[in-house]
Amino acid sequence: MNPTIAMITFRAMLGRRRALLLFGLPLVLLAMAAALRFTDLADLDTTATILQRFGIATLLPLLALIAGTGVIGPEIDDGQIMYVLTKPIPRQVIVLTKLVVAIVLVTLFATVPTLVAGLLMSGMTAQLAPAFAAGVLVGGIAYSALFVALAVVSRNAVTIGLLYALVWESLLGNFAPGARSASVQQWALSVTDALTDASVVRSTVDLPLAAALLALVTAAGTALAVVRLRSLTVASAE
Amino acid sequence: MTVSTIHDIGYRHYEGRRLGRGYVLRSLFVHNLRAAYGLGRPARAKVMPFLLLAVMMLPSVGSVAAVAITKEPRGLIPYAAYANILQVVIAIFLATQAPVLASRELRFHVVPLYFSRPVGHLDFVLAKLAAMTTALLALLTLPVTLLYVGGLVTKVPDSGEHLVRYLTALVGCALFAVVLASIGLVVSAFTPRRGFGVAAVIAVYMLSSAFVVIVQGLAEMRTNFTLAGWVGLLTPFNLVDIVQVRLLGAPRSSAAMPEGTLAGMVALAVCAALVAGSTAVLYARFRKAGLS
Repeated sequence: MNPTIAMITFRAMLGRRRALLLFGLPLVLLAMAAALRFTDLADLDTTATILQRFGIATLLPLLALIAGTGVIGPEIDDGQIMYVLTKPIPRQVIVLTKLVVAIVLVTLFATVPTLVAGLLMSGMTAQLAPAFAAGVLVGGIAYSALFVALAVVSRNAVTIGLLYALVWESLLGNFAPGARSASVQQWALSVTDALTDASVVRSTVDLPLAAALLALVTAAGTALAVVRLRSLTVASAE
Repeated sequence: MTVSTIHDIGYRHYEGRRLGRGYVLRSLFVHNLRAAYGLGRPARAKVMPFLLLAVMMLPSVGSVAAVAITKEPRGLIPYAAYANILQVVIAIFLATQAPVLASRELRFHVVPLYFSRPVGHLDFVLAKLAAMTTALLALLTLPVTLLYVGGLVTKVPDSGEHLVRYLTALVGCALFAVVLASIGLVVSAFTPRRGFGVAAVIAVYMLSSAFVVIVQGLAEMRTNFTLAGWVGLLTPFNLVDIVQVRLLGAPRSSAAMPEGTLAGMVALAVCAALVAGSTAVLYARFRKAGLS
């Protein structure tokens, strides 16, 4: 961890109007939760549906994509990363710092809102809210590592990430169940499934396998990012 | 000792032919349209638009092949439903290519260079809007046209009805293209930082559709079908589908939509307001950026 890099990255992510985008996304979830709470429509089924569709399937990949690629992608693109790389700081420290910043952002803007929305709608019933928050947290860590690695490897990181998160996980998942099991979303859901007594949450992957895969993806993503950052060629900005 | 002299080379006015506003519009349009598919830029910029175009074509190729082999005309994907079925791919195309048109000049602060020439603010914005619309139109109509031609080649019955449906779908595609282009350009014009424009456009699409799907689910569970239908106005794909189905008589493909021709008129009015509003916002945005 390098505090200076962390601070610069935080400032780049949250400076000026950019923070509005990050604040706006969870706000929709919270507003919806509050509206359901006040109209008394928030039973356990509804809560689970909303937290799953909105929390895990929309907010989590979207924020992880913004945070994961945003912490390092723009710097590589405009060549600013050179000012960091030419300092005597090990590459793994740079990658770890960027990854930690991404995880903190995802936690702040996805995990905490999911927890609050869950508590708003159904309190502590069946441990649903904390279970979903835990799922979003572990999913967020894996997604962040994946997207940081993607941002180091490719300049089209955001698009590739979108293709994975939307086409692979959602679209193909509906046609091919095999593709559905190979997705961070399902593994996160599996963690949630294990932590709650509610029967409405169901994952296609068993917990031990999901946990192992989550750890594997996180480690592999971080390692790949470090290796690729060691031999980064900075092309001129287009 | 050096002697410096001032040469009077005179100031010469340009007295040749002026190419005029139409030429400006056409040049900007062609430039932006090429940029939307990465033409005239490095190969790296061409990968994504053409990859997405290929992904967009795949289901239509598969559908035509299935009809050719099984001789079962129902295997052909309905023309008007095509955009709705593949909305994720279209949204990703919009998200990756709209910032190319709307954010790059803002990011590098080169907008004033355009306006130091006889380029009107409105012309500049209209050219961008038209270029993005045309790019999306190509993405939408190519697979639909392939479906239609495939249907003709495999001799699907009722060719007259198919022609009507095909033309209806083309009108629908045009509406999809202009509505999506205006939303995408406005959002990316306000997020010039690299990568953020893409995320912001896709966020608007994902949030609106997730919101609508959830509200529709809740409303239908409580048999409130009116609410379930009208809330569809809030997401672009459902909005245009309402116009297609209620005004043009296309077969419906969205989960829920309001009844009657009135709903179609309202949806069309919302589309028109969206496009007009976006043009106004883009006009103000680029006008301001042109001053700095």
